[in-house]
Amino acid sequence: MKSFNYHAPKDVKDASKLASSSSAFLAGGMTTIPSMKLGLASYKDVIDIKNIKKLSGIKVSGKTVTVGATTKHVEVATSKDVKKAIPALAKLAGNIGDAQVRNRGTIGGSISNNDPSACYPSACIALNAVIHTNKRKIDAEKFFTGMFETALKSGELVEAVEFQIPEKADYQKHPNPASRYAIIGVFVAKHKKDVNVAVTGAKSCVYIDKDLSKKLSSNFSVSAIEGTEVKSSGMNSDMHASAEYRANLVSLYTKKAVEAC
Amino acid sequence: MTKVTLEVNGKKVSKEVPDHTLLSVFLRDNLNLTGTHVGCDTSQCGACVVHVNGKSIKSCSTLVADVEGSKVTTIEGLAKDGKLHPMQAAFKKTHGLQCGYCTPGMVMSAVDLLQTKKNPSDQEIREWLEGNICRCTGYQNIVAAVKEAATKM
Repeated sequence: MKSFNYHAPKDVKDASKLASSSSAFLAGGMTTIPSMKLGLASYKDVIDIKNIKKLSGIKVSGKTVTVGATTKHVEVATSKDVKKAIPALAKLAGNIGDAQVRNRGTIGGSISNNDPSACYPSACIALNAVIHTNKRKIDAEKFFTGMFETALKSGELVEAVEFQIPEKADYQKHPNPASRYAIIGVFVAKHKKDVNVAVTGAKSCVYIDKDLSKKLSSNFSVSAIEGTEVKSSGMNSDMHASAEYRANLVSLYTKKAVEAC
Repeated sequence: MTKVTLEVNGKKVSKEVPDHTLLSVFLRDNLNLTGTHVGCDTSQCGACVVHVNGKSIKSCSTLVADVEGSKVTTIEGLAKDGKLHPMQAAFKKTHGLQCGYCTPGMVMSAVDLLQTKKNPSDQEIREWLEGNICRCTGYQNIVAAVKEAATKM
């Protein structure tokens, strides 16, 4: 790994001041550090945000669950408040990576990295989340802009993710057996007026399957999407799964999620 | 350079190291605690698992500067007064290892499991050990070892 200067500021302002085009914020480091070790990324400054206390923690208010950026996956997975308000979100967090990754990895890190196979981005768009940064609030649907790309600007730091509590929701994942990343992950959320079917792992970036969402919005049952063809065009194809197989999994896992709701 | 102060296996240590020093490198090269192994170096195999403030983590993907001030326990810190930790004894008794390369990480991970859950099922043990890869045993005897240790811990 190439050398860098390590910083551990105590507040967001100082963190922001240290940021530049050749810096990275470090939360759990579960992607950032392996990327640096493999030589895929290198930075002049690494800004560890662990000491910024206000970035950690879970708050539930009437209609929303807000998870601080440095809250670890294990904390979301085991939180009584999250389990009560959005059990699907706790379930998702409890199946990310492995136990040791969940002990270090954070929600802010996961969404800022926007890996096309990460679990959390699907929950964000299905649960109409609002991403709070040190500069503004961004709707989740506008946050995830492409493969490993987000709407975040240089020096902008995710502070928290505010999820809308749905009537019902479930997350179903077909994990890669080695990395536990989603070959396909489907997050189905039934809100008062409509249903969101968010898919991760299938394409270069998380997305809402509009067709499935529309059908389930008018009739929230497996029969409403029976026979609906999910097109494989634009889907990833690799040694683990072909595009056609992924398309079939999207259909299958959407049904599984609806059944589990 | 960064000065880091940690408690490792009950002893306070303080060293000046380059900022990019990984916890695994610090333990092995600076403290000579070579029981913590580095296998894949890409955070998937779990040979490097140690405890930081009681929780199992992958030391090859953690900066030592990031765990400044923490209590770290490595495989060398488990046995007390020359007596094996119940998890180590269980791995020995049930032959939960062959080449032994993954074993330190397996043991540290399994100890954390039993701290979290006292009597895990076979399925729960297998799920917990997803982050620890063994290429010799086929896992049968490792699961048996964790079950054996659960009766002693």
